[in-house]
Amino acid sequence: MTDFWLSYPFMQRAVLAGLLLSVVAGYYGSFVVQRRMSFLGAGLAHAAFGGIALGLLLGAEPLWVALPFTAVVATLIHVLRSTRQISSDTAIGILFSVSVALGLLFLSMREGSPVDAFSYLFGSILGLGWLDVWLSVGLLAVALATLPRLWGRWAYASFDEEAARAQGVATGRDSFLLTLCVALTLVVSIKMVGILLVSAWLVIPAAAARLVAGSFGAMTAGAVLISTASTLAGLYISWLADLPSGAAVVLLQALMFLFAWIIHRTIC
Amino acid sequence: MLHVDHMSVTLGRRCVLRDVSLHAGPGDFAAVMGPNGGGKSTLIRAILGLIPISSGTVRVTPGVSRIGYIPQTKTLDRTFPATPVDLVASGLQGRWPWLLSRQDRKPVLEALSIVGANHLAGSRLADLSGGELQRVYLARALVSDPPLVILDEPEAGVDQTGTTDLYDVLDSCRKSRNMAIVMVTHDWDVAYHHATKILLINGHTIASGVPSEALTDQAVREAFGHVGHSHDVIGRGHAHD
Repeated sequence: MTDFWLSYPFMQRAVLAGLLLSVVAGYYGSFVVQRRMSFLGAGLAHAAFGGIALGLLLGAEPLWVALPFTAVVATLIHVLRSTRQISSDTAIGILFSVSVALGLLFLSMREGSPVDAFSYLFGSILGLGWLDVWLSVGLLAVALATLPRLWGRWAYASFDEEAARAQGVATGRDSFLLTLCVALTLVVSIKMVGILLVSAWLVIPAAAARLVAGSFGAMTAGAVLISTASTLAGLYISWLADLPSGAAVVLLQALMFLFAWIIHRTIC
Repeated sequence: MLHVDHMSVTLGRRCVLRDVSLHAGPGDFAAVMGPNGGGKSTLIRAILGLIPISSGTVRVTPGVSRIGYIPQTKTLDRTFPATPVDLVASGLQGRWPWLLSRQDRKPVLEALSIVGANHLAGSRLADLSGGELQRVYLARALVSDPPLVILDEPEAGVDQTGTTDLYDVLDSCRKSRNMAIVMVTHDWDVAYHHATKILLINGHTIASGVPSEALTDQAVREAFGHVGHSHDVIGRGHAHD
């Protein structure tokens, strides 16, 4: 285990970024699951593909383009569903497809092999640089900053939005902030887990924690714990067995979910 | 305390409520009745400021900053991982609690005790019956000691015994705290025997006043298109009178 941590700089970066991002993903994942926003996670992850492809087309660092691109898509989804003329699912479905279509268009306009773009689909620990680590630090700092004030408001509105609004909680603004935080977390996590699996990586730990938690606070803490444990163990297995990191992590999470479900069926 | 004057609400292009007035003072129990789609919940949501009004006024007496609110529980996710203590504390703090100190728990447990639900404090919401859950919601509405409590169809999903218990607790709190209650209900018995005033609406005001004056066969027929079960209750009520 010590060899695993110390021997390779790319592994140090992967473990650091994995640790930081899994804490953040577990934290936001609780709200995504409780608000039934899983499709939003999948939609934003695919929207990021458009940004990554644009970054590759422009010859820029894909992450720097994907972050604002996905933030704009998240904002559009929020605006469209706020009008109440279009359902949330429809808004996500439209923008998700448009972003993927744009991504394919950008890739077709680009000279050279599309292989580097496709590496974002599946994730790779080899691709994680210090930029990803520092962005992960930033995301964790934002998540910690939301804990004292926003966690309680987000949780209240997740359970009973009308009562929260009646007590003066600005649920619309809070919901937008949550969507934006989820979007940025997904984009930064894509290099490690891959576009195809990042939404599941966000959702499964919280879904597992929900099965055994007695309170929403315990669910959040449990989601962070499961997310962190599965990510670190998954990265280690991925390194040992030369497997795609995203697949190893998500399959471990699925096992943990199964374990939580058995506990739920046995005890609860 | 609560003054709704000539209020109209338009949602999209549809005028859902037109020229509705309602007044509730200390000790009043105002029952809002009417057919489905008649604008009852819209009225409640407009009073709470959840939707904008297109004309008229909604005023709450200055100094009354706290309004207890019990929404329709059938729309809420009962599998949310929480205990009654968490739920009641949310009404006190205006946010969901992560951890509660002993000091924070004290008023919460007192509110649960008032509604006879202190034995449920550590239960999971998913394990509560409809009646027990309504008691917990009532505790949440009462925990900040509000002078005005608003309920939206509290009898939905609750059996007859649970409903009777709930109204007994509500009546007792109204009298002991001199608070005003505004409640949307489909329960004719409750409207006739517990309410001090009735507002019968179907997009606009059909009748308002004390139950014996507002709940006439003619007004009920105009609101619902038929008299139905209300006739038995009203008839019985007049016989008692």
